[in-house]
Amino acid sequence: MIAALAFYVFAAILIGSAAMVVSARNPVHSVLFLILAFFNAAALFLLAGAEFLAMILVIVYVGAVAVLFLFVVMMLDVDFAALRGGFQRYLPVGLMVGLVLLIELGLVLSGWKFLPEAASIRFAPGVSNVSNTAQLGRLIYTDYVFLFQSAGLVLLVAMIGAIVLTLRDKGDSRRQVIARQIARDPNHTMVMMNLASHVGTKDLGYLRPTETEPEEAGDMPEQDHHEHAAQDVARGGHH
Amino acid sequence: MAAFFHTSFGILILTVLQALAIIVPVLLGMAYLTLAERKVLAAIQLRKGPNMVGPFGLFQPFADAIKMLMKETIIPSGANRVLFLLAPMLTFGLAVIAWAVIPVNDGWGIADINVGILYLFAISSLGVYGIIIAGWASNSKYAFFGALRSAAQMVSYEVSIGFVMVTVLICVGSLNLNDVVLAQRTVWFCVPLFPMFIIFFISGLAETNRSPFDLAEGESEIVAGFMVEYSAMTFALFFLGEYTNMILMSAMTTILFLGGWLPPFDIAPFNWIPGPLWFVAKIMFCLFVFIWVRGTFPRFRYDQLMRLGWKVFLPFSLIWLVLTAGVLVFMGWLPHVV
Repeated sequence: MIAALAFYVFAAILIGSAAMVVSARNPVHSVLFLILAFFNAAALFLLAGAEFLAMILVIVYVGAVAVLFLFVVMMLDVDFAALRGGFQRYLPVGLMVGLVLLIELGLVLSGWKFLPEAASIRFAPGVSNVSNTAQLGRLIYTDYVFLFQSAGLVLLVAMIGAIVLTLRDKGDSRRQVIARQIARDPNHTMVMMNLASHVGTKDLGYLRPTETEPEEAGDMPEQDHHEHAAQDVARGGHH
Repeated sequence: MAAFFHTSFGILILTVLQALAIIVPVLLGMAYLTLAERKVLAAIQLRKGPNMVGPFGLFQPFADAIKMLMKETIIPSGANRVLFLLAPMLTFGLAVIAWAVIPVNDGWGIADINVGILYLFAISSLGVYGIIIAGWASNSKYAFFGALRSAAQMVSYEVSIGFVMVTVLICVGSLNLNDVVLAQRTVWFCVPLFPMFIIFFISGLAETNRSPFDLAEGESEIVAGFMVEYSAMTFALFFLGEYTNMILMSAMTTILFLGGWLPPFDIAPFNWIPGPLWFVAKIMFCLFVFIWVRGTFPRFRYDQLMRLGWKVFLPFSLIWLVLTAGVLVFMGWLPHVV
């Protein structure tokens, strides 16, 4: 009783939120309704006893895919007026595509029959004392491992293609090379020295600032006097 | 009486009581975690920390809670009201419901489900929604920056957390959290899988938006990130959610790597102490490290954060996963398949 009730509640919310995905005015609301739809689909999986699929649906679609959707949609600046203008124009084409799909679905469903063996499997699924996680693992990684691996390879190719298309390095970006930073030797970048007081570093060849010589400093305007004094002190206090 | 608890109404009451039995200690622990954090940070910085409210400042969390309750909840006029209020509730709710599967002792989890570890992973991967929705619904630039940073950050670190979990799982042979702990009776997984333990802990810091990965808040660059428009109880719910998530991440570390409720050695003085106490002690140790890290390290720069996640942790955990699987198969140590 409770399971049936839960099924109808989840199914109703699933269909309702799926309808809201296409009819919501705000695209961010659409993505949030999509997430709600995913959740209810996961709940239906749970009711069917497929807890592994339910969790994977939440992890993959809600936890990763929908986050990226939301990420993109939030940053888009969608022009709603233009979208509504297109609605009238594309309505006939869309209706036609929908009609063709509907007819095809009807044809498939009318010709659908279960083999007698398949019907018996439906009501007594598999070996009962094996959890469905282990069953899925056995199917994917033992029986159909090569098909699974080739599907993975197709995805890998697609991923590399997407990266190659979008990765543009103009060569003027300033990258942080952590290995080089760590490899920096203190001996190359600084000098430790003991200085006697009132001597400074001038006689050792270290000058700061190096641009202005003391002779030029005398020609500078009046108001900079106190700064010269400060520079003189910094050079070791030669007055 | 016993018959009553087998009727559906009785089961409902029992479940509610069980839920309260775990949520109330978690929330109390959370309250005192805020105090502990301030005290530990104070000790690190050679200060005293809160010491005025109650003995040793022990009533400080309650004073803070009352202060938060008394303040006015301000909803910005440009904000999306429903989502603005939904986001903190979502953050806090997700942080609490994950506790349904945490086994505090052998068989003490409220829901002893087959895919417990996947449930935890799913819930922790949902935590990002509270932050994204908050950042978007606030209709404020800083909040939006925080949300975008957080989305990219959490997605990056979940990948390596996933590989760490898979590595643990192939050593256990089950997705049930109870089995994960029982598989560590001979040796805790933090010993043979030590690099994965470190990766998991660091990824946990990033997943909970804790320092040094608290770029979503980043109070010195984007004010308070996604929480900038929140006040009073809505802010408090984010705060509660963050600390509950810290405790949850510590509990996950404890279960996956530190042997859950098991004592370090199954000999006399250690196995006198009951399992839940070991569990709490290990969680407290992890929490201390969380706070210690906060007091020690400066915040990561954003590109460094992404580099660490994608270019360091992901390849390393992948290689270590293949290595672990290879060793298990080669030595014939693969756990018995149910």
